[in-house]
Amino acid sequence: MTIAAESRPRLPRGVRLKRDEARGRWTLLAPERIFEIDDIAAAVIGLCDGERDLSGIVDELANRYNAPRELIQKDVVAMLADLQSKRVLDA
Amino acid sequence: MNIHAAERRPAPPAPIGLLAELTHRCPLGCPHCSNPIALDRPRAELDTETWKRVFREAAKLGVLHVHLSGGEPTARRDIAEITRAASESGLYTNLITSGVGVREELWADVVAAGLDHAQLSFQGADEATNDFLGHYKGAWRRKRDFAARVTQAGLPLTINAVISRDNIHQVGAFVALALELGARRLEIAHTQYYGWALKNRAALMPPRDAVMHAIDVVNEARKTLDGRLVIDMVVPDYYARFPKPCAGGWGRIAINVSPSGRALPCHAAETIPGLEFWSVRDHSLAEIWRDNPAFNAFRGTAWMPDPCRSCDRKEIDWGGCRCQAMALTGDAANTDPACSLSPHHQEIATLAEQEAQAHSSAIGWRALRAEKAPAPSA
Repeated sequence: MTIAAESRPRLPRGVRLKRDEARGRWTLLAPERIFEIDDIAAAVIGLCDGERDLSGIVDELANRYNAPRELIQKDVVAMLADLQSKRVLDA
Repeated sequence: MNIHAAERRPAPPAPIGLLAELTHRCPLGCPHCSNPIALDRPRAELDTETWKRVFREAAKLGVLHVHLSGGEPTARRDIAEITRAASESGLYTNLITSGVGVREELWADVVAAGLDHAQLSFQGADEATNDFLGHYKGAWRRKRDFAARVTQAGLPLTINAVISRDNIHQVGAFVALALELGARRLEIAHTQYYGWALKNRAALMPPRDAVMHAIDVVNEARKTLDGRLVIDMVVPDYYARFPKPCAGGWGRIAINVSPSGRALPCHAAETIPGLEFWSVRDHSLAEIWRDNPAFNAFRGTAWMPDPCRSCDRKEIDWGGCRCQAMALTGDAANTDPACSLSPHHQEIATLAEQEAQAHSSAIGWRALRAEKAPAPSA
């Protein structure tokens, strides 16, 4: 499974990005599942709004973290493909 | 209350999930139901305001998911108000339903109230099996209609298929059914033997080879359906090598509240004698979680005897299930006999095989008042 450059990933209804205050972390809440995620993953998922395409997401992250675009693209695609395979992301 | 004792003991990590058993009323009569034999009467049920408070307390304590369950949760007239309160407390709100008897307007209200997900049970992958095991003629059609209403509302749908001897050959058909109904997730939930299911075990237990075949079917389907359908499986632990970490460990990640308000570490906990479970009518959820001696009775690993105490899996399976140890060995502090390291393991595996082969058809259908007792098993 992979993510096309022009796809516009978003969280489907029933999947929510939520700050878990009691444990001081980010979580992705899904049907009968909770994914504990780090701050960077939360930032990526926060950009998956169904408006931005993959290129736009990578541009934004490359800009925000001042990191090489190729490297970011590789990590983002791997992460989003994994979430898609778990059916918690539509892309 | 002994404040000093509470202060000395560090607060346990907060629970993640709340199972809110809103009512024991249910139109179905499933013999594999894990509700207790002594069901709570409708007049004993918590009122709306108390549930609202429980949800606020749960969210504050650190609970992330609430499962609105029962019985049939939509049998409560205030289900939409309850859903709204759960959702507004910030909890991810899951409805666990039979899909039978959910009126159209009521469902629209529940969706509008902020429901996140619905889990719909099926008792068979065809009409005859489904309506027989659910003990309700017409359930099949109603469930299929309900599935359509869930997906039309744009909500994610899980199909929960409860597996026993009469439908274990249908696991492949359940996968096809889940795809046809547009589910994103399927639970192949082999019956766990508590409450009504324990009483009906001889009529429900599948033979070992059928279980192994069912596991193969699921593993194959998982490969071909990656990214389309998530399949979770609960295996029948009488045939397992290691026990399930029941409820994720006693008092570790989950808290149940019964229809009448008793807070429990798991839904069968009241089968263990000598434990006093506090009510949410008298105590906050945080207070119960931290201080109710029943929650501390089997929390962590200090209570464990051998073979658990010296086992390197003790923080994986947490000794298995206390209620199963109680039911099958007579002592809740024993290692769960589902574990191959338990001295009772061979005994229960043999018992399961014998029951599977004996093909008892004596079923005690779940009901608030028993219709008729099943004939004693051989």
